Amino acid sequence: MVELANIPNPTQLYELLSSVVDPEIPVLTLQDLGVLRDISVDEGKITVTITPTYAGCPAIDAMRADIESTLAEAGYQQVTVKQSLSPAWTTDWMSENGREKLRAYGIAPPATTTCGQQTGTIECPQCGSADVKLISEFGSTACKALYQCQDCREPFDYFKCI
Amino acid sequence: MDSNLNTALLEYCIALGDDSVTLGHRLSEWCRNGPFLEEDLALTNVSLDFIGRARMLYSYAAELEGKGRSEDDMAYLRDCREYRNLLINELPNGDFAFTMARQLIVDAYDMGFFTGLAQSRDTMLAAIAAKAVKESRYHLRRSEDWIKRLGDGTDESHERVQNAFNQLWGYIPEMFEMSDDERQLLDAGIAVDRSALEENWTSTVHTILKEATLAIPDEDWSIGGGRDGMHTEHLGFLLAEMQFLQRTYPGQQW
Repeated sequence: MVELANIPNPTQLYELLSSVVDPEIPVLTLQDLGVLRDISVDEGKITVTITPTYAGCPAIDAMRADIESTLAEAGYQQVTVKQSLSPAWTTDWMSENGREKLRAYGIAPPATTTCGQQTGTIECPQCGSADVKLISEFGSTACKALYQCQDCREPFDYFKCI
Repeated sequence: MDSNLNTALLEYCIALGDDSVTLGHRLSEWCRNGPFLEEDLALTNVSLDFIGRARMLYSYAAELEGKGRSEDDMAYLRDCREYRNLLINELPNGDFAFTMARQLIVDAYDMGFFTGLAQSRDTMLAAIAAKAVKESRYHLRRSEDWIKRLGDGTDESHERVQNAFNQLWGYIPEMFEMSDDERQLLDAGIAVDRSALEENWTSTVHTILKEATLAIPDEDWSIGGGRDGMHTEHLGFLLAEMQFLQRTYPGQQW
């Protein structure tokens, strides 16, 4: 008799993969980030499609490994993680939930939803002030910039808008 | 696609990968040598963007070639004369002013180039370019900011960045020279007409130099040949460092 758990079903797989987080920003799941693009099942073989945030993002290899091991632990062995480049990832794909989680974690979420040119304001994730100063165009990772709040003086990471 | 065009496309991807990997490697040399911590992080993050582009372009080239080579083989197992990068990318970093002056020149060029390539009929090149253009927009904003700060800064920073532009100026014409193979790809709707990018590039860069109180260099020399595999003496040293591990321990993997 075939075990039910081993018949892959995309909805269950999405749920299963909701435990996989960005290794550099562990409050965000790959869904929150918009990196997880698709899950398809063909004759028992699972194909997970992800897209890199930045061309050289080193986290992509860790994400791939985490997806494979999460599925392997649940008993799914025939898994291919595919990388797609088009359409190019944009911070517009970050979920509302993800933006809130970022803020609570101390990272200011991307300022605008119409990207290319940054138009919206960046707010301090600690006190909410919009009186902030750019310290550096890059923060701890390629996807972030470093700011300081002029009101509460707290330095913080800002998730850049691309 | 006829085989001539296919070969031209393969060479095109390799040349673009070479542009990215050489500059990416140069920027990575700033790791722990940046003028201050934040700038150290910025330079190496920009480096990662370039290396990421090179990986995508090399992987695509390897796939087009279909001979079982990998992106690593492309980067680590080709010698100087097989590299096809534009010379400006391989020049040593010099001081911070030189690095940022080169960055402004290349970032302004990349904005035009990748915007054009994003319209390529080759869907993979178009996809890679669409990612690259977003990064280049950000890179350009940063290099523009630095050039204005350095140019309109102290006497010393002004002099250093002016000297840097003077030394780099003769490497610029090569960026806008089309090869015959490239024209063939352009006719097929695949390549970008680099000669048509010069006008916009000139207006962008000259405006920034003027705002930075810098003079437009009056240099009448120029040098090229990178796309034909003719390089400066610096590329050999760059590759010796970058390829050391694969040359010493062939086939090693992470």
